[in-house]
Amino acid sequence: MKAFLMFKDRDFNLSSQLPPISDTLLQDLEINTLLNAMALKDDYLFDIAKKTILSSLNDIDAILYRQDILKDCLKNPSIVREIYQIPIISNEKKHKRWLGIFSRYPAAILNESVQIMQLFVDLLRHFRQIADEHADKFDSEGFQRFFNMLKTELDDEFFTDVEAHLVELKFRDGTLISAELGNGNEGTNYVLRKPKTKNQHWFKKIFSQKNPTYTFYIADRDEAGSRALSELKDRGIILVANAVAQSVDHIDSFFKMLQGELAFYIGCLNLYDQLNQLGEPITFPIPAAANERKLSFVGLYDISLALTMKQKIVGNDINLDQKDLIIVTGANQGGKSTFLRSIGLAQLMMQCGMYVPAESFSANLCEGLFTHYKRKEDASMKSGKLDEELVRMSILVENMTKNSMVLFNESFSATNEREGSEIARQIIRALLEAGVKVVFVTHQYDFAHSFYSKKMPNAIFLRAERQADGKRSFKIYTGKPLETSFGVDVYKKVFGIDS
Amino acid sequence: MKFNSILFLKSEDSKIEDTLEAPAFFIDLNLDQIIDAIVAGKWDYNLKPFFYFPVKDSDTIKYRQEIVKDLENRILLDTIKSFAQKMVIMRRYLAMCKKLTYKYHLEGWFLETVIVYCDAVNSLAQELSQIDLHSQGLRDFREFLSNYAGSEKFTTLAAETKSLKSDLSSIKYSIITKGNFVRVRKYDSEIDYSLEVLKTFEKFKQGAVKDYTQYLTVSAGMNHVQAQVLDLVAKLNPEIFKNLDNFYTKYRYFCDETICRFDREIQFYVAYIEYMERFKKAGLHFCYPLITQQSKEIYNYEGFDLALANKCISENLTIVPNDFHLKDKERIIIVSGPNQGGKTTFARVFGQLHYLANLGLPVPGIKAQLFLFDNLFTHFEKEEDIRNLRGKLQDDLVRIYNIPNQATSNSIIIMNEIFTSTSLKDAVYLSKIVIEKIIQLDLLCMCVSFIDELALLSEKTISMVSTVVPENPTVRTYKIIKKPPDGLAYAIHIAEKYRLTYELLKERIKS
Repeated sequence: MKAFLMFKDRDFNLSSQLPPISDTLLQDLEINTLLNAMALKDDYLFDIAKKTILSSLNDIDAILYRQDILKDCLKNPSIVREIYQIPIISNEKKHKRWLGIFSRYPAAILNESVQIMQLFVDLLRHFRQIADEHADKFDSEGFQRFFNMLKTELDDEFFTDVEAHLVELKFRDGTLISAELGNGNEGTNYVLRKPKTKNQHWFKKIFSQKNPTYTFYIADRDEAGSRALSELKDRGIILVANAVAQSVDHIDSFFKMLQGELAFYIGCLNLYDQLNQLGEPITFPIPAAANERKLSFVGLYDISLALTMKQKIVGNDINLDQKDLIIVTGANQGGKSTFLRSIGLAQLMMQCGMYVPAESFSANLCEGLFTHYKRKEDASMKSGKLDEELVRMSILVENMTKNSMVLFNESFSATNEREGSEIARQIIRALLEAGVKVVFVTHQYDFAHSFYSKKMPNAIFLRAERQADGKRSFKIYTGKPLETSFGVDVYKKVFGIDS
Repeated sequence: MKFNSILFLKSEDSKIEDTLEAPAFFIDLNLDQIIDAIVAGKWDYNLKPFFYFPVKDSDTIKYRQEIVKDLENRILLDTIKSFAQKMVIMRRYLAMCKKLTYKYHLEGWFLETVIVYCDAVNSLAQELSQIDLHSQGLRDFREFLSNYAGSEKFTTLAAETKSLKSDLSSIKYSIITKGNFVRVRKYDSEIDYSLEVLKTFEKFKQGAVKDYTQYLTVSAGMNHVQAQVLDLVAKLNPEIFKNLDNFYTKYRYFCDETICRFDREIQFYVAYIEYMERFKKAGLHFCYPLITQQSKEIYNYEGFDLALANKCISENLTIVPNDFHLKDKERIIIVSGPNQGGKTTFARVFGQLHYLANLGLPVPGIKAQLFLFDNLFTHFEKEEDIRNLRGKLQDDLVRIYNIPNQATSNSIIIMNEIFTSTSLKDAVYLSKIVIEKIIQLDLLCMCVSFIDELALLSEKTISMVSTVVPENPTVRTYKIIKKPPDGLAYAIHIAEKYRLTYELLKERIKS
């Protein structure tokens, strides 16, 4: 039984490793703010959301599959949350009643397994009931398949069989075990058998048959004999004990898996509620193929900033279709970093099947998203700052493929401008030729201008807005690189000097 | 043709005691370490007496060398090893049978023992018939084995064993327990209940889960409940169990003595071949020495100390092989040169090579001719023994004087740093007397000594010197080469002996 709510055709791997450069992305794009909003202090939700967002899908159908399921969730939040609760209830009840397979003796393992199975059967009935009542409210392929699966697999016959086993496994009528002679005539291949007759008194009945039967009796005071007898029984029931115990483990992991497959959507529901309160819009993005160059949006805002400020913030509307190189220059604190982050976050959210923080959004898929941000000087670092930057860059390049996207923020400015620009120029040229999309936020006029003067059709230049009065609108427009970054404005603001 | 032993040609040799002790020189030559390493993991065979007994007979040495050459064929070696493994199991079963108390349990394990034995014999006979053998010993054994495996006695045993086992395996029975009642009857093809349970829950399968069958603890052997069940199973199948009873009575002593003996003796070779592999992997060589008593020309090229090399390989250190060659009238090698230069090792190699060669085994080196000695004497410096009332010098003298008295011209003497406990003048004087006595006996000798003028005593002596790197005299090469003694090395050697070189002094003064 598979839930298949995260992928159409495979399980969501709960223990998968994060991609190698995840820590950098987390830090540069402030993803934790987003994750915290999704998790609402639930570590499990946090963890799943983190894995999902950092493990981008590279397939449009896979993205749309999740989008449809997410749309169903937004439509039926309480039903989805009810399903999500079942695995949690299972856990709580197990804890409360001290249920679990703790023993190391076959008879006890069987006994414990039967008890847990009894609990599981009740929860499985609950699933079946939800499927019966609500399946028709869901439109997505994923949920339809899921509910159908519940109905088929958890049919009446299944429940009848399970109940019968749970009675049978108490062995009220004794155990029937077959065996063979192994080396040294020691018994081997012990197998628990199901008596042929359905008659309650099969134990007595077999003696009336022609098949000769010999009997012996273990005296009450013969303790060694009793032990030997239970060992014999253990050998008979071990396979069935193993079967039930493993089934318990399987159902348990089915619950866990289901919890994992739904957790991401629960996170999306949580986030949606908060954005709703802020009055911020969301939209389901339109993904384009990786080899296209598409990036256009209306009202794209930095979701981390909105969640941190707890208020509606300025969005940007820009069409960057057909562009491989996007260079952003302009005013300090003019919203360049925010803009860069909003692009990165939206790209990640789109590629994990989420809605994005915008009124409309469309972009081509990226086979890898990378960030390269200027870092504070690290006291423990022995190498110089430029070395450090280049080391990080080299790690990124190791993981980079064609149709990746790299977000640079003030990179290679640790050295003087001429050298920094030249390094940046050479790197960017190489990346573009390799088919990598680049968004570069920079103060370095030399670097920005040199690309500008090339008049490349696939390059676009953006600038953080500076209004006539020197105030910033935090809006980004197209515009050629300018030689000053208005640092004087910031200086004035900090020192409270009015212009 | 009567095959007797894979180790011995002479029947009086083959009766060596299991309790034979190591020869006196074992510790001096580090042969104790070597033999310990060779027989490690093969204690059950008690191989040490074989290694303590140099055969002193060139026919037997040749007989053994041929067998080792044959066994260097990987396929043959694996065949022998697989045979040995089966025989180990057979003996383990047999020992177990002696402790079993329930009749059918005992008889059941006895049957298993015979199964293993028949398989061991048949497989060995079959596999040997397909291998090219050149040695007299293995060819004779093969013929013996082939006759035995084809004999009516053995084939009847094998056939009865097989049919009895198959009858017993075909028995399938049911045990029904309820409370303290146990009932036994024939199996009536009821279905496997665990399969049915698995089927019901199969839909939940999510990948690998814990295996709970690991918690089944089965006590070894048979308890009285199982024995009662077995008795009832026997009652349900009286015919088969009657055959088992008869089998046990008829074949109590099934094992052939010559085969058991071969199984032990062949391990002498297997152990040594496995031991050699370690050195061969490290790029070292072994060769089959010519063994002679006709000539006293002896040589060995690229020999090395097995005990030391074993340690060097573990610690990844380089091993420096050395050569020696005595021809014409040369009998005595005087080894001198700087300390820690490999002189003692060289002396041990000399002894190890001769000893192993006289066991009929390959020796370290690429080429060797060695002497078939009647006795080997060593004198290595010993710690002062307080139980010994004589002083150290006196002790040395007593030991050294005893050697030439026992030795013949066919003996070998190895001496390492004699008379170090006396003044230089005394040491020179005494050493000369000893060497002159050895010269008179015309026997082969290696003598490590800082008194390098010993090398000039006679045409029977040659000088070999441990060497240093010319550019940096504190670095040893561990190469021992034939050259006249070096006066400088001598002086340094004396200084070193008393720890009075510049470096050594500095170290001492520091603390």
